[in-house]
Amino acid sequence: MSPRPRLYLFLAGIAGLVACYLWAFGGMPAFGHYPGPYGPAILRAAIAQTHATGVVSAVNFEYRGFDTVGEEFILFTAAAGLSVVLRRLRGEREGGRAIPDADNSNKRTTSAAVRVPALLLAGPTVLVGWWLASHAQTNPSGGFQGGVVLATAFVLVYLSGEFLAFRRLSPVALLDAVEAIGAAGFAAVGLTAVIMGLPYLYNFIPLGQIPGAVSSGGVIPVISFFVGLEVAAAFTAIIGEFLEQTLLVRRGA
Amino acid sequence: MTLMEVLQAVVLALVGAGALAVVLARDRVRQVLVVSVYGVLLAVLFFTFQAPDVTLSELAVGAVALPVILLLAISKVRKREQ
Amino acid sequence: MQVFPFLVVAWIVAVGLYGIVTSRDLIHQIVCLIVVQSSTYVLLLGVGYVTGGAAPYFSDVPAHTKAVDPVVQALALTDVVVEAAVTALLLSFAIQAHKRFGTLDPRELARFKG
Repeated sequence: MSPRPRLYLFLAGIAGLVACYLWAFGGMPAFGHYPGPYGPAILRAAIAQTHATGVVSAVNFEYRGFDTVGEEFILFTAAAGLSVVLRRLRGEREGGRAIPDADNSNKRTTSAAVRVPALLLAGPTVLVGWWLASHAQTNPSGGFQGGVVLATAFVLVYLSGEFLAFRRLSPVALLDAVEAIGAAGFAAVGLTAVIMGLPYLYNFIPLGQIPGAVSSGGVIPVISFFVGLEVAAAFTAIIGEFLEQTLLVRRGA
Repeated sequence: MTLMEVLQAVVLALVGAGALAVVLARDRVRQVLVVSVYGVLLAVLFFTFQAPDVTLSELAVGAVALPVILLLAISKVRKREQ
Repeated sequence: MQVFPFLVVAWIVAVGLYGIVTSRDLIHQIVCLIVVQSSTYVLLLGVGYVTGGAAPYFSDVPAHTKAVDPVVQALALTDVVVEAAVTALLLSFAIQAHKRFGTLDPRELARFKG
């Protein structure tokens, strides 16, 4: 179908869709007047039931833990699928300027204005990411955010011009293992509850005395830690695959 | 209208404009930069909606990880076109 | 302000879909898909907002202060991270399509069969 008729057909369709949207939004409660009852019920019960003051993480990893298992496996499958799609095809070889030449004549150095801050910030970024992944029950933190920030630390190492250091710090086998441990750890925590005779992902670890302390929350910090590992490994593997494609894989046998 | 509502309305309008800017940017690298700014705008919007967790995620993903992945893909495609 | 966030959601969906339909470049289409996905985050958070509510974290405020809905925040939070990985998968498809067919124009790609 040529562009013009396609555009008109799209405009007709989108007019209908937006009309339906506006009709639906007209029947909803106004913005700011959320009627509940699910949200207020959880807010009333969460701190007493889980001893966690970060209610969003409590919802994520306990009340709706099963949904989170599904989401994590979407991430896992996407990273695995990406490795499969970007496999080396017939007619490609590895090799390129990422491997330093013998006389360093072609080695392009990154400017110091980029190298120094990137390398300086890589360490604190790992610290921040680790803190985020392990404090899910107290503050606005959690496994997902912490994992992405951890992966960003590796990106900083790459941006400072050290692709080989990046590759040495995060070899593919190690990333795959860490990702698998993260995903399996989450599922295993749920299965441990089943083995103990409780429902899947039931909170079986003692809840701790003080709501909001690092040791409280029962199974929530454990799950959050595993999720952080998995997300960090998945994102680092994804970026590593793209970097290999860009820097190393070449046409021709 | 309270101050919070004014702030939310302003950032919502900016997000709407940002979405239009992302779609209208046809050059690839320029679009990646615009989508990075759009990610930061979204993070500010989520912050005004009292959702700090979502803000953290959106900042880390939409302003850093996603533009890096996009730029790497663009670089790979551009290399082959040369 | 009663319904403004939802209008913005409808606008973002329309704009993003327009970008996908009239795009001539696969990577541009993928970025427009990111825009459409972001509209769902705004919708989720807009539905759960309570006027005058604080963020649902109680480590420094008493336990029964009025707070916004935490469930939609949990959904949006995992959403954001997972959609980034799915976008990366789509980009890998685009790269392989470019390797195989030499073009990233969706109209030309549509002509290849098999």
